[in-house]
Amino acid sequence: MEIRDSKQVLKAAPSIVACECIEKSFGKGQTRTRVLRGATFAAWEGELTYIVGPSGCGKTTLISVAGGLLTPDKGIVSVCGTELTRLPSQKLADFRLKNIGFVFQQFNLLPSLSAVENAAIPLVAQGESYGKAARRARSLLNDLGIESEATKRPSQLSGGQQQRVAIARALIHNPRVLICDEPTASLDASSGKVVMELLREKAVEPGRAVVVVTHDDRIFPLADRIAEMADGIVKN
Amino acid sequence: MLRIALKMLFGDSTKYLGLVLGVAFTTLLVNQQLGIFLGLLSRSGSAISDAVEVDIWVMDPGVETLDVVLPLRETELYRVRGVNGVKWAVPFFRGAGTVRTIDGDVEATTVYGVDDVSLIGVPQGIVVGDIRNLRRPNAVVVDEDGFRRIFPSKEFQTGLEFELNDRRAIVVAVVKASPSFSSGPVLYTRYSEALLFTNNGRNQLSFILAKSDGSRNMLKLRNDICQQIGLKAVTSNEFKRANVQFVIDNTGIPTSFGTVVALGAIVGVCVVGLLTNLFVIENLRQFASLKAIGVRNSRIIKMVFVQTGTAGIVGWAIGLGGAAAFFQFAGQGDPSFRGFYLPWYVATGSAALAFFIMLVASIIGLRRLLFIDPAIVFRG
Ligand SMILES: Nc1ncnc2c1ncn2[C@@H]1O[C@H](COP(=O)(O)OP(=O)(O)OP(=O)(O)O)[C@@H](O)[C@H]1O
Ligand SMILES: [Mg+2]
Repeated sequence: MEIRDSKQVLKAAPSIVACECIEKSFGKGQTRTRVLRGATFAAWEGELTYIVGPSGCGKTTLISVAGGLLTPDKGIVSVCGTELTRLPSQKLADFRLKNIGFVFQQFNLLPSLSAVENAAIPLVAQGESYGKAARRARSLLNDLGIESEATKRPSQLSGGQQQRVAIARALIHNPRVLICDEPTASLDASSGKVVMELLREKAVEPGRAVVVVTHDDRIFPLADRIAEMADGIVKN
Repeated sequence: MLRIALKMLFGDSTKYLGLVLGVAFTTLLVNQQLGIFLGLLSRSGSAISDAVEVDIWVMDPGVETLDVVLPLRETELYRVRGVNGVKWAVPFFRGAGTVRTIDGDVEATTVYGVDDVSLIGVPQGIVVGDIRNLRRPNAVVVDEDGFRRIFPSKEFQTGLEFELNDRRAIVVAVVKASPSFSSGPVLYTRYSEALLFTNNGRNQLSFILAKSDGSRNMLKLRNDICQQIGLKAVTSNEFKRANVQFVIDNTGIPTSFGTVVALGAIVGVCVVGLLTNLFVIENLRQFASLKAIGVRNSRIIKMVFVQTGTAGIVGWAIGLGGAAAFFQFAGQGDPSFRGFYLPWYVATGSAALAFFIMLVASIIGLRRLLFIDPAIVFRG
């Protein structure tokens, strides 16, 4: 797979996710730590972008900002042409619900809900009837190869299966942006590979940008683009 | 989303059960205790309710309740009869007695003496016998519970004899009387007979019962009696309320029932509050991921209210059912609970309490949920 030079493409097509000169600190006074120190990052539709870098360099913080979960101290975040930094928090929630899907390292599925019900949540939250949402969830689970586990609860599923349910949940509302933080870190090598390949095959579509934070260098070849972070900035 | 909220709730069956039982326990306790309390209060002064024909009770100014009496002079009776607007006035005696049951047990009883001629003041509901036979020597009328206590295992019947203050008494009728406060046997005899039974024949007029001739306002009439005779005169309703007030003011009953009810409410709030808090803490990540996905706070609030509301309604219904069953069956088994029931306003009040408990629980839960940072979902 070819890895294009980001600068070239920057001029060519508009990015879906654009973070410019993001600064973010945590804590106050003596304990204040500057985590992002002017990070600039972009992701394009139809592409799988990896963010890599040493532990603590600010990868999670950066995608939290890019996904509208965290407000930066400085800088501009724009997703699908909307400047997130200008949205009040409830509008921001609506924006995420419509445009962004998340996959977490810890899956974060609701334990008392079945796989189908978990996957259906974003559509239901958008006001879709449960029946329709569940039908779509089933077909997604089918796509991801776990239709037979549809009625099981998370505790009855393996880690890899749970992460596939989480991917179904992240994709069900057809978001423009999919953000994944170390989606394979809680999985053994082989199921990690399966999950990553599924993301590559099923999630990457024209019109959607997929951003994945990862440590796993064995899966680097799957990426269209790799952004390398160090010390709170994205290296070029 | 509400379906999902309910799934979350039912999915954690231990805590769901805990919430439901917490509310059910509180509801049961509050309804049962307040029901008994109000039942007891309504029993104080049951003889007033049973003397249906009487409009006005006249007594010594120092008397506050039916149970503690000061003797009046007999001449007062004639003076009350002389007040304009009084149709009739009759003597009424209240005293205490000791009964020996056929099993040999001793029971404390209340003995009422009614006007020898009119027999006014005897409860009207006859189970067996004839009140007019009260005119015979040694005749007494006994209430149902009293009969069962004095003659356990015997059918209701007349002609049975027993000892009242070491004198022979003959049952001439069994009546339905309102349950008495002490729940001991209640006996009715003629006034003159009652004096013989309890007071060695010395005259002792406890109350004068008067009837209005309808020519004037009841309150005006009782004021007239007060002024003209110099005694205390109150309407039947006022006297009933005064008896209730006396119990409230002079016994530990309101305090002890109040304590139980308050403890029940506090335990309910604590149990339910703690469980909700636990439920929320355990589901914090899940709620945070809902928020990260983009579920608005207003939705989260609705979800929590559906969860607590459901647990609250189920718990309240179970508790109320339990209390209703108690009042249904307790009265049948034990005469000391007879006539107790669950007033609608207590049931409604307990619903308000259950609502309050679940409101507190919701606030405890929401206090955390509304302020969690959805960004925590990315942290390990
Ligand atoms: N909410 C917060 N409060 C305080 N410090 C924080 C917070 N979030 C992140 N940090 C700090 O910011 C730094 C960067 O954190 P971040 O999670 O972005 O790193 P990361 O690149 O994702 O690391 P890893 O690869 O270990 O996940 C860390 O030192 C972390 O302790
Ligand atoms: Mg991280």
